[in-house]
Amino acid sequence: MTTTVPIVRQRGWARTFIRNPAGVFGLVTTVALVSCALLSIVWTPYDPVHTDVLSKWHPPSSAHLLGTDNIGRDIFSVLLAGSRVTLQVAVGSALVAAVVGVVFAALGSLTARWFREIIAVLIDILIAFPTLLIAMMLASALGGSIMVVIVAVGISFGVNVGRVSRPEIRRVSRSEFVTAGIAAGLGPVRNLTRHTLPNVAPVFIVQLSWCMAVAVLAETGLSYLGYGAPVSTPSWGRVLAELQSYIGIHPLSVVWPGLAITITVLGFNLLGDGLRDATDPRLGRPEVITA
Amino acid sequence: MTLRARDLTVNIGGRTVVDAVSFDVADGDRLGIIGESGSGKSMTALAMLGLLPDGATATGSIRLDDREILGLPDRELARLRGSRIGMVFQEPRTSLNPIRTIGRQIMEPVRIHQRLGRAECRSRALELAKLVALNDPETLLSRYPHQLSGGQRQRVGIAIALAAEPQLLIADEPTTALDVTIQAEILELFDRLVDALGTSLIFITHDLAVLQSIVARALVLERGQVAESGSVEDLLRAPASPIARRIVDAARATSWQKPEAP
Ligand SMILES: Nc1ncnc2c1ncn2[C@@H]1O[C@H](COP(=O)(O)OP(=O)(O)OP(=O)(O)O)[C@@H](O)[C@H]1O
Ligand SMILES: [Mg+2]
Repeated sequence: MTTTVPIVRQRGWARTFIRNPAGVFGLVTTVALVSCALLSIVWTPYDPVHTDVLSKWHPPSSAHLLGTDNIGRDIFSVLLAGSRVTLQVAVGSALVAAVVGVVFAALGSLTARWFREIIAVLIDILIAFPTLLIAMMLASALGGSIMVVIVAVGISFGVNVGRVSRPEIRRVSRSEFVTAGIAAGLGPVRNLTRHTLPNVAPVFIVQLSWCMAVAVLAETGLSYLGYGAPVSTPSWGRVLAELQSYIGIHPLSVVWPGLAITITVLGFNLLGDGLRDATDPRLGRPEVITA
Repeated sequence: MTLRARDLTVNIGGRTVVDAVSFDVADGDRLGIIGESGSGKSMTALAMLGLLPDGATATGSIRLDDREILGLPDRELARLRGSRIGMVFQEPRTSLNPIRTIGRQIMEPVRIHQRLGRAECRSRALELAKLVALNDPETLLSRYPHQLSGGQRQRVGIAIALAAEPQLLIADEPTTALDVTIQAEILELFDRLVDALGTSLIFITHDLAVLQSIVARALVLERGQVAESGSVEDLLRAPASPIARRIVDAARATSWQKPEAP
């Protein structure tokens, strides 16, 4: 027996997403960042670490698109190469935060009560540790590196993700549709993957996109303090830290890394918000008839 | 199928909320459970499916076809839930997952218990949607719960409960959250479906008029205990317990019919 079922449904989340200018902006900047990072692996106009005191402080020109800095490096090349660090830091931190966050949230919401309470206290203790402190401890053991930034931001943000999503998972896992699912014969795994996690996904999406944004900023701050990328690695945070003392004399040189960081951070946030809005069917996606 | 509950007792936090409740439901039989709010109706229903809240313990016996199901491990219970005993919940607004389509939610028990392929599941979902008399079932299957009316949602709830062809349906105040006119439609649907499918029914309500329209035999619960049990007709004509009398009087006072002369 075959029954053909005409498909009348809400517009898909991807189509909904495309109609949201803020989300699209976030997507474009993120794609641009990824493209720059990939491009920089094979090509930059100049060697980003090559210094040449004779050609310092060139203004923007056709030879040096964004000019050169205090030690004669081509700023455009440095930024292009630095996008790799930014991308690594953003994605790496988000991955670490996702793992840490899901583990804390699941352990803190779906286990026995005494264990949940221990986790809650542990989260409160860990939340009190500033990212900077974690970074300093890691850096003193391992030396400053991108990994220090990733792990420090990932852990501290992951704890925060756990804190925010723990009550959310608890709320959802106690809602009646989860009980109804169990009453229909769903096992714990299906219940988690079909009912509980999809309903807390928006919280995760927003938190993790925010984590990526924070990671980019943290890279800047930690580089400035010397816990981030080593001197030999071009990174946006490092350029900004190095050039900020010249802001009075060559303001434009500081604008470029600042702009790159600002746009990237904004883009991550808007991408996260756009994805959340587009994937929630309750936010009234219009219907289309496709067949 | 026969269900036999004996001395079912539920404790939560040192309180006895269901106290030595016994009843039988035979094949194709219908049993009503009526009582005021907090009398233990829902706890009785949830105990049958092993769905009691955290910290609750149940003792006594619930036998389904001579098999003790009280205290079965979760894995075993999961196999019974939906396939032997289906449950319809009170609040159709919250008992459906807001971000899954109706079709997927109806298909779920079919997939779990009957292990059908995708296409078969889909046509079975369509069949079920038609069974519960949903208008325009093809369209409805790809909608989300918030796009449905309360009555439609409760029809979906019934379709889910019946999806894996259980022999016993437990309905916990399935019409309480609905308008009176919609209530009548849903009650009619229960009546028709249970007859047509030969399913046994345990119907929980606090409303005597609803009880009367759907079952002939009922338990009256008060503070977790069975205050009275027997035919609904007898209950209406000559309520024996004080609580039954109170329920009957309250129903008379709010109904349009004139109270009988003493
Ligand atoms: N999760 C819980 N924890 C502690 N006590 C509970 C819990 N759920 C219910 N109870 C108590 O158990 C008793 C019986 O509750 P139950 O839900 O079975 O009542 P009910 O007859 O279904 O009432 P209603 O008509 O309002 O649905 C009530 O006194 C209630 O306070
Ligand atoms: Mg109840």
